[in-house]
Amino acid sequence: MTGAATPVNAPASRHFPLRESYTFPPAVIDQIHGMAEEGRYEIRGWGAKRKLPTFDDLVFITASASRYPMEGYREACSTATVLGSRHASKPLELDIPITIAGMSFGALSGHAKEALGRAATAMGTSTTTGDGGMTAEERGASKHLVYQCLPSRYGFNPADLHKADAIEIVLGQGAKPGGGGMLLGQKVSPRVAGMRTLPAGIDQRSSSRHPDWTGPDDLVIKIEELREATNWEKPIYVKVGATRVAYDVKLAVAAGADVVVVDGMQGGTGATQDVFIEHAGIPTLAAVRMAAEALREIGKHHEVQLIVSGGIRTGADVAKALALGADAVSIGVASMIALGCNRPSWFGAADAQWVDASADYAELGTQAGYCHHCHTGRCPVGITTQTPELEARLDPVVGAQWVTNYLRGLTMELTTLARACGKSDVHHLEPEDLVALTIEAAAMARIPLAGTDWIPGWSR
Amino acid sequence: MTTLTPTLFDCEQRSVRDINIELRELEPGSIVRIVNPKGRHNLAVGLMKHLDITFDGSVGHYIGGLCDGVEIQINGFCGWGVGENLMNGVIRVAGNASERAGATAHGGTLVIEGDASTRAGISLKGGAIAVGGNVGDFSMFMAQAGTLLVGGHAGHALGDSLYEAVIYVAGSVDSLGSDARYEDLGDDDVATVTNLCAVAGFDHIDPQNVKRIASAKLLYNFDALKAQKY
Repeated sequence: MTGAATPVNAPASRHFPLRESYTFPPAVIDQIHGMAEEGRYEIRGWGAKRKLPTFDDLVFITASASRYPMEGYREACSTATVLGSRHASKPLELDIPITIAGMSFGALSGHAKEALGRAATAMGTSTTTGDGGMTAEERGASKHLVYQCLPSRYGFNPADLHKADAIEIVLGQGAKPGGGGMLLGQKVSPRVAGMRTLPAGIDQRSSSRHPDWTGPDDLVIKIEELREATNWEKPIYVKVGATRVAYDVKLAVAAGADVVVVDGMQGGTGATQDVFIEHAGIPTLAAVRMAAEALREIGKHHEVQLIVSGGIRTGADVAKALALGADAVSIGVASMIALGCNRPSWFGAADAQWVDASADYAELGTQAGYCHHCHTGRCPVGITTQTPELEARLDPVVGAQWVTNYLRGLTMELTTLARACGKSDVHHLEPEDLVALTIEAAAMARIPLAGTDWIPGWSR
Repeated sequence: MTTLTPTLFDCEQRSVRDINIELRELEPGSIVRIVNPKGRHNLAVGLMKHLDITFDGSVGHYIGGLCDGVEIQINGFCGWGVGENLMNGVIRVAGNASERAGATAHGGTLVIEGDASTRAGISLKGGAIAVGGNVGDFSMFMAQAGTLLVGGHAGHALGDSLYEAVIYVAGSVDSLGSDARYEDLGDDDVATVTNLCAVAGFDHIDPQNVKRIASAKLLYNFDALKAQKY
């Protein structure tokens, strides 16, 4: 038998260049090899990394002849925000519509939680506990503290409930709607374990559904219990991961919520399966408009306040979320970045020196700018860790100043755009102030494509 | 000043909200009698002191929830979540309890003289629940700490995903949940059951002859190669 003739000295690349498969590119091949060898699947922190339609796909059509602008840097533009005025006798009165999202002590270090509390207080806004309960440091640092009531009820107790300024019943979050939570054993330190009534070092699960109520009809009675237990003083939020947004928002309102929090799929997490982060939920851009329209349909828009979260980074994002119908936004990952997440070095406050952390990133198999290894507890900059030596890398006072500066910058950007749209109050921003740059964004945000009056799916 | 004669609330004449406000204002140690509850929900919740409260009749959901230090007697049946998130104190139900009795309680003692429905002791974090009769399916799901004593029979998936909590059952068990297993009864277990029977006033349980159910601890750390096997 004779083999086929092969041209001698013919470079293979001349006729058959390296060709990457769109379906199975090298990264996917490597992933499958890893799964085949170890049966593993990726667990990680942060939110969705895939490309999604975002607020960047919208732009403001600011004032000119047809609208009258406010004078930037001069004329007042109010950012005051009231949350929980529907039923609570003591609603939250915030100075800005930007709040700090729920992140647990456990996922975050005590220093990180304290820094966020200090910054929120400095800016007159709220911060939020997380799974695992309320720490004394966080309560002490936070003027307005929202106490989460999660399915796990880890560390949930009536004494802290009475100390809270608002209560957030968490049904889900954007990074993992319907998926519950996890805190891997390396972060379940003795203090974290004690607060959660669990053995130290176990891979801790947070259940995906509440233990003492099942559906929206039950939730009515659960919310009434929390109100009766706290004398109808505290606002009650209901937080949902963005999936069936219109139904979920309406059901939350029917159950008696004062505030509905909708967390889009770009929202972050301390740890969950990558398959969840990238393949469940809908983008924040779509979620905010769906939620606002749902509230309008039942005549509750702004009576029940809407907080939107998931990938908010800039004052422009805040302004667009408000224009699409949110009353406030919540930031999680962005506030961590302000604290120094993914920075190549950490700041030693004692001697005012920056210390290179690139070797620590390398040990995690990553580098600054790409790190999502919150789940390991080995955060090179002291934010998502329970290891004292690493936690010491974040000084809570310095960190608080960074977050304060960031929140101040976001607020300045927000009011800059609002003034240019002719608004003396950022809550006066409206969908008519926006146009879309892509067909996808136009359809999701129900905003006309720039230069047209076309809203795909909504107008002809 | 401590009220030695019972303060009376009639649910036919007072709203849940009014009654709860007045309960919060009573001195610690006060004695309260609540009549005609007629299934009202959320009575006596969020109380952070010792009050001796008796309900004459059947009550609704979350009675005694989010309390710390109360002593409640329910002379009737109760709805879901009785003693939900109880921190300390004693709640006694003379009749049957609906779903999720004692859910997420951190401490105290919950005595149910009749039966408890599904998910009794779900996410229990401490304290003790003593049920004279039967408990329904999924009881003690993800219970972390504390004790459940069942004088009758237990339903399916008992103790699914248990952590450090322990269950004692005098009668039969339809099935155990994931990671729950039977373990040998030791002297400490007999003492615990004996003590709990004394507190509950149960004389139909032989502490030497109960089943002990606890966690096999195979789920304490994730193992990808065990995926979907539990």
